[in-house]
Amino acid sequence: MAEAGRLRLTAAPPAWADPVTLVRVAIIMTILLAWEAISRSGLLYRDVVPSLTAIAAAIVKLASTPDYYWHLWVTASEVGTGLAIGGLSGLLAGLVLGANRMLSKSFEPYLYYLGPTPKIIFFPVMIMWFGVGPGSKVAMGAISCFFPIALSTAAGMRQIDKVLIRVGHSFRANAWQMAAKIYLPAMRHPTINGVRLGLGVAIIGTLLAETKLSNRGVGFLIIQAFSLFDMPRMYAMLIVLFVLAIGANALVGRLGGLSSIRQR
Amino acid sequence: MTAAAIVRSRTFPLALGLGSLVVAILAVEALIRVGAINRFIVPLPSQIVMAFERVIVEEDIGERFRLTFFEAFTAGAMITVVGVSLGLLLFRVNILRQATETWVAALASAPTVLMYPLFLVIFGRSAWTIIMMGFVAGLPPVILKTIEGLAGTRRVFIDVGRSFKLTAPQLFVKILFPAALPTIFVGVRLGLIFTLINVVGVEFLINFGGLGQLINDLAERYDLPGTYAAICFVILVSVVFFVITEWIERWLRPVD
Repeated sequence: MAEAGRLRLTAAPPAWADPVTLVRVAIIMTILLAWEAISRSGLLYRDVVPSLTAIAAAIVKLASTPDYYWHLWVTASEVGTGLAIGGLSGLLAGLVLGANRMLSKSFEPYLYYLGPTPKIIFFPVMIMWFGVGPGSKVAMGAISCFFPIALSTAAGMRQIDKVLIRVGHSFRANAWQMAAKIYLPAMRHPTINGVRLGLGVAIIGTLLAETKLSNRGVGFLIIQAFSLFDMPRMYAMLIVLFVLAIGANALVGRLGGLSSIRQR
Repeated sequence: MTAAAIVRSRTFPLALGLGSLVVAILAVEALIRVGAINRFIVPLPSQIVMAFERVIVEEDIGERFRLTFFEAFTAGAMITVVGVSLGLLLFRVNILRQATETWVAALASAPTVLMYPLFLVIFGRSAWTIIMMGFVAGLPPVILKTIEGLAGTRRVFIDVGRSFKLTAPQLFVKILFPAALPTIFVGVRLGLIFTLINVVGVEFLINFGGLGQLINDLAERYDLPGTYAAICFVILVSVVFFVITEWIERWLRPVD
């Protein structure tokens, strides 16, 4: 009888037994099995769809090659420099456009409409301006990330609560203090979002430029693997690159505190 | 006219923007002519303007535009059909949606265009490589926005449909799809923009196809005014495309 009135607590199922996790595992297993079956069937050229073991071996080989890390460093430094140049100029342009309605109405449409154009078409111009070395790749990264960062910053600047600005003025904050204490903290969310978008397109812009004309960097390695028809190596590099790009994107969001903002 | 009235007016900011652009172009022309900018790196803006006619006539820009349009249109049709179908499937099968929606979102932020060497191996140096690259790049936003649009259908609409005893396909055709159409079109528009960017980009990278290849050809011939004119033309096409799709999106948006 005493048992009847007691609150029954059902134990939560372990994480692996969660139906969503099971579906995910089933999908991944199906894809991997289908891949392996196609690879072994001979329906397609073996090298076009290499076996999973060949791809895994290529990933291990890639990870144990010191040369790969040097190329990775080259690409990372080009993306980083491009992001710094394009990001800072985008931030500055966004602050100016966001703070001044007249300038925003006059010049922001140009940024808005130029933003979605394919930036890779500027690569021949960048080669002429900055040469065939890392300079043109950095420039491609900078051009690519400038637009999303500038537009996000301008939008973020306009969304700042007017009360916060009035509080800053009532404390007689100077322009620098207003920027550091009011504007930048208040527009952190859209700016970090812009940087995330900017990072993604800077990676794409830089790597595409490397695939087109370079003798160093991960983009160069990918196109070299294509030229040598070393498909397992190409798949391995694409997989590693996708993981790194998505990881970098998530890291920027985490560092910028986007997850904590969303939870509020 | 007060400062506030100037800011509010439509013509003054437009004139200021256009005027600044013209002044910048004239300044570049002057700087090149006095030798401050190397004319072998940056051609005279007047030469670029003159090159437009040559590029349009001699480089058969109409045929190239038609080819790029065909590739973008085919990829666009594919992302619309496949994206809306997959979005509908994920909307209907909730567990599948929970399992894969984050993957689709991750795919949207992944640098898929870097897979073009892989597509070159699979499809060869043909229009299909370009179309498939456009398809892969444009698919995720269509799927995500289709789910969002269908899930966002107002409960009262669905209840009205049910009160009329509509079958599941009727409910989709008469209620869910029309209600979700504006949001689905936002996804299709985003997808089309990604598709166009990738189509032109891959044309340039693999030196095959329409407008992207034209820029590559002219750059390899070191025809500087022609290269700049072709880039301006591609920008113009992108902007026109962007404006048209934006206009359609506004037209489809429901009145609040």
